[in-house]
Amino acid sequence: MTTHFIVHDKADSVGVVVVEDLKPGMDVTGWIMETNETISLKSLEAVPLGHKIALQPLAKGDTVVKYGNDIGRIVADVAKGNHVHVHNLKTKRW
Amino acid sequence: MKRYDFSGYRRENGRIGIRNHVVILPLDDLSNAAAEAVANNIKGTLAIPHAYGRLQFGEDLELHFRTLIGTGSNPNVAACVVIGIEPSWTGRVVDGIAKTGKPVIGFAIEGNGDISTIASASRKAHEYMQWASEKQRETCSIQELFVSTKCGESDTTSGLASCPTVGNLIDKLDPLGATTCFGETSELTGAEVVCSSRAASPDVKKHFMQAFDAYQAVIDQHKTSDLSESQPTKGNIAGGLTTIEEKAFGNLQKIGRKTKFIDVLKPAEAPAKGPGLYYMDTSSAAAECVTLQAAAGFVVHLFPTGQGNVIGNPIEPVIKLTANPKTARTMSEHIDLDVSGILRREMTLDEAGDRLIDIMIRTCNGRLTCAETLGHREFVLTKLYQSA
Repeated sequence: MTTHFIVHDKADSVGVVVVEDLKPGMDVTGWIMETNETISLKSLEAVPLGHKIALQPLAKGDTVVKYGNDIGRIVADVAKGNHVHVHNLKTKRW
Repeated sequence: MKRYDFSGYRRENGRIGIRNHVVILPLDDLSNAAAEAVANNIKGTLAIPHAYGRLQFGEDLELHFRTLIGTGSNPNVAACVVIGIEPSWTGRVVDGIAKTGKPVIGFAIEGNGDISTIASASRKAHEYMQWASEKQRETCSIQELFVSTKCGESDTTSGLASCPTVGNLIDKLDPLGATTCFGETSELTGAEVVCSSRAASPDVKKHFMQAFDAYQAVIDQHKTSDLSESQPTKGNIAGGLTTIEEKAFGNLQKIGRKTKFIDVLKPAEAPAKGPGLYYMDTSSAAAECVTLQAAAGFVVHLFPTGQGNVIGNPIEPVIKLTANPKTARTMSEHIDLDVSGILRREMTLDEAGDRLIDIMIRTCNGRLTCAETLGHREFVLTKLYQSA
C-alpha cells in the first residue's frame, strides 16, 4: 500500500507528502512515525512532493505543530486536506 | 580489523587524515595568482584561492588567521606552502601550521615579484609533493576520526529522513568515541530551546544560548521582511519548507535522538575536550560552515540535501545524501547515498544509518566523493565585519 504522506509526531497538525503525484480528491494514506499508526483523509488540492497537507481544520491565528513543536501561525483559514505553505503559514520569528 | 576501522594517514602530531594533499595556501587575495601558478606547475598540489586577508582587524582578523592556520593544519593536508604579499602575516600562518610538525614554508611576493616567488615556491612544492606521495595509509580506529555535518538546500525530506540518518550515525558512533560537530546557529531558530536541552551540562547550555542570542542580535540589526528570502531559501520553499522554525527542527535531527553536545566552539576553533559531539557557532551558508569545520580539524563531512546542494570542500571530502527521490533521480551524480527508501518504507532509519557509516568508512579509505570527482572545492572565509 502506498504511503502518500508521513507525519512526524502524533500531535502534529500537518503531514508531509512523499509522492510526486498527489491530486485533489484522492483518498490518501499517512504514516505517523512516532506511533507507527496509519491514518487516511481526502486531499482537497494537488500537493507537491515534500509539501504539507493539513490533518485537521486550522483557523487564522492557530499554531501549526510539526515534530511535536510550534513551527508558526496560520494566516488564512485551512481545511483538512488543504495544502499548507507560505500562502497560509508564517513564522512567529524575525 | 575492528568494525568501523579505516585506513588513514597518521600525521606528525598523531592526528589522522583521510586525504594526502599538498596545499598551496594564499595568505590574501593578492597572492591567489601566484598560488594558482604554483599548483599549475606542480601536478597534484592544490591551491586554495580566496577573497580576503587585507586590512582586517580585531576578531575578524583573528578568525582569518584561525581559518587559514586551521586549513593548513588539517590532517588531510600532508604539507603546505604559504604565499603572502608580505612576510610578516605570511610568517604568522606558517608558524601556526608548523605547530603540527608537518612540513610548511612561506614565501612573500613584495621585493621579489610573482615570477621569482612562483619559481621558489614551485621548487619547494615539488619537493613536498614527492615526499607526500610516499606516505602510506595505516589502520585507524573510529576514535581517531573527526566527522562534521551540515545540511543544505533542505526540504521536508531532509527532516523526515536524510538528517535523521546522520543523527542515527552520530548516536551509533558517539558511544564509540568519535569526535563530531554540528553548527548553523541561525538555522536553529525556533528549535533553540530543544537544542539547548541537548547540552551536556548547564555551563555548555549557557554558552550555546549566548552564541544563539548574539547571532539573533546580528540578524535583528539587519533583518528585512522574511529575511530577504534567505531563511528559508527559495530552494527550501520550493521543497515545501515554510518557516525557519520548521527548517530548524529538521536541521536538528542531524544530532540524533540521544547524543549530548559537550562544548561550544568559536568559528574554526579546534575541539579540545576529547571525543564527543561539539556545537560550532557558524553561519548556515554551506560553504562557510564546512570551511570553518575543516579549519577546526574535521576530516570528513556528512551533508544531507533535499533539493540538491552541490557543495564540496578542497580538503574535507563532503559526502552528500538525500531522501528526496526526485533529487536522487535528477541529480544522481551529486548524491553519494540515496535514502529515499525511508519515505517509501522500504528502508528503516537504522539501515540508512548503517549505510551511511559504510559509505563514510569507504570514503575515509580513499573512495572519492561525488563532489571530489566533480571538482567542487568551495572554500569560503567567514567575514565578521567590514575591513579597515
